[in-house]
Amino acid sequence: MPPPASSIAVRAEALVKTFGSTRALDGVDLEIPAGTVLGLLGPNGAGKTTTVRILTTLLRPDSGRAFVAGHDVIADPDAVRRSIGLSGQYAAVDEHLTGYENLYMVGRLYGKNRTDATARARELLSRFRLQDAADRPAKTYSGGMRRRLDLAGALVAEPAVVVLDEPTTGLDPRGRLDTWEVIGELVADGATVLLTTQYLEEADQLANTILVIDHGKVIASGTADQLKGQVGGERLEIVVGEPAELAAVSRVLAEVGSDEPTTDEQHRRVQVKVDTGPKALVEALRRLDQESVAVLDVALHRPTLDDVFLSLTGHAAEDEPEVETEGKRKGRKAKSR
Amino acid sequence: MSVITAGTRDSGVVTWRNLMNVRRQPDLLLGATLQPIMFVLLFAFVFGNSIGDDPGAYREFLMGGIFAQTVAFNSAYTTIGMAADLEKGVIDRFRSLPMSRAAVLIGRTTSDLVVSALGLLVMSVCGLLVGWRIRGSVLDAVFGYGVLLLFSFAVSWVGAWVGMVSGSVQVAQSAGFIWMFPVTFISSAFVSASSMPGPLKAFAEWNPVTAVADAARELFGNKRAGVLGQSDAWPAQHSVLYATLSCVVLLVVFTPIAVAKYRKVASK
Repeated sequence: MPPPASSIAVRAEALVKTFGSTRALDGVDLEIPAGTVLGLLGPNGAGKTTTVRILTTLLRPDSGRAFVAGHDVIADPDAVRRSIGLSGQYAAVDEHLTGYENLYMVGRLYGKNRTDATARARELLSRFRLQDAADRPAKTYSGGMRRRLDLAGALVAEPAVVVLDEPTTGLDPRGRLDTWEVIGELVADGATVLLTTQYLEEADQLANTILVIDHGKVIASGTADQLKGQVGGERLEIVVGEPAELAAVSRVLAEVGSDEPTTDEQHRRVQVKVDTGPKALVEALRRLDQESVAVLDVALHRPTLDDVFLSLTGHAAEDEPEVETEGKRKGRKAKSR
Repeated sequence: MSVITAGTRDSGVVTWRNLMNVRRQPDLLLGATLQPIMFVLLFAFVFGNSIGDDPGAYREFLMGGIFAQTVAFNSAYTTIGMAADLEKGVIDRFRSLPMSRAAVLIGRTTSDLVVSALGLLVMSVCGLLVGWRIRGSVLDAVFGYGVLLLFSFAVSWVGAWVGMVSGSVQVAQSAGFIWMFPVTFISSAFVSASSMPGPLKAFAEWNPVTAVADAARELFGNKRAGVLGQSDAWPAQHSVLYATLSCVVLLVVFTPIAVAKYRKVASK
């Protein structure tokens, strides 16, 4: 097979990697057109990080092949390393070096001379709003600042492909928004980005194409809209004040909806899939009014990626019974469904 | 740019980064300098007065041993440093960069060599204060420090390997020191090997620490050191040659092992 066409920045074919008896990757294919963002979405242990480590030459696959910026990750890892910038799951920032020194060091290790490395470090510090903290050791930085510094490190050599492995894991909501903004700018500048995340919301926000991965296999791919379309329809949600009224609501929603309504007694909430959108909403409210049911809250929403994940895998993305590493779930709101 | 030029530049950058780390963590530096001072004072005054008849002679004997022991112990910094870089993901970042593969290891062992040199300086001053003197020629003294630094560098590569095998900083913190105790104490660093029971004596006589300690004594002209009884084993008779050879062997064995381990260790 010839190397991929130049419009494809990253291509992986049938990647397999086993650790002992665990098949971490079981034939993963992916393709990222230049200038786009691919979101690799999946729960902990799905194979996201293994994929990233193979594409960044940190790990050799057992079988399969991959090209990054036209270079074979197995045959020509050095060329791949010159074409990528990696920002890891744990910010690999040297906490005793200042922000400036961290970026200067990375620049030098990419082969820049002193002048260029200095100029590039200063430029990135101001772009990532770190200029005021530039000469302070990184250990004095907040979590969000460290992550920005780590991101800046990935961009020092203006790489063709930027790989962001769970860029917001462990950040508080403010740090997360901050990081999203920076990634958004990156994307606007036309970078090719491979982004892994276990946050559905994040993939929805940042990625052009989403690849859903579970147990080492790609189980779905497409744009966020396409994936949501697979689940189909919109969901109508009604919340009432009295548990006694749930039965009536359920009966009404069964009439206007296109599947069986689900009742959440704890939150006094009934949901149903609808095909006619606002019409179904109006109709449901009219009938509930006739029956004198006091409606507290009503919502019509398009399926979220949570719904997508649930319908694809049979389990929610966030309910994996995994041992969590430190900080993984910080800042995450518990969701019930 | 040639491979060697790039490798040298990368190693230099990593050395700089490690030394900045030492500079910003004064407690690290304090450990590397206070510990040998403590050893000099403890051995000179606690042991010195009970070993042999002449405390002054023991102090002369002692310094070569403390020098050898301290540079050997400094390899634990290499061990812990490597383990910490692995644990924090710094090695992952390095491995994803188009830099020389050996630069991380060379940078680490080089920066620890600088720390060792500093330790030797502090110890020498401390030794002078308790009555130790360099009695040989300047050239011999230079060779003496040379052998000590070569030994420091060689053991540092062993330490780098131990650090990568350890897998975590916690393990490295004990693993880095634990093998040092038998290696430095079953030697002629503090007592004469000739007074040890059979197997220990054999180990001590062929132990590179013994050879390095004896070589330092010889090159610094601390002849009175002989008062404790000189071993007649071949290494004792040719301490400078044997010390140098041991360092070369350590480097020849552990440089490739450490580089191979480095390639493998982050690929988990």
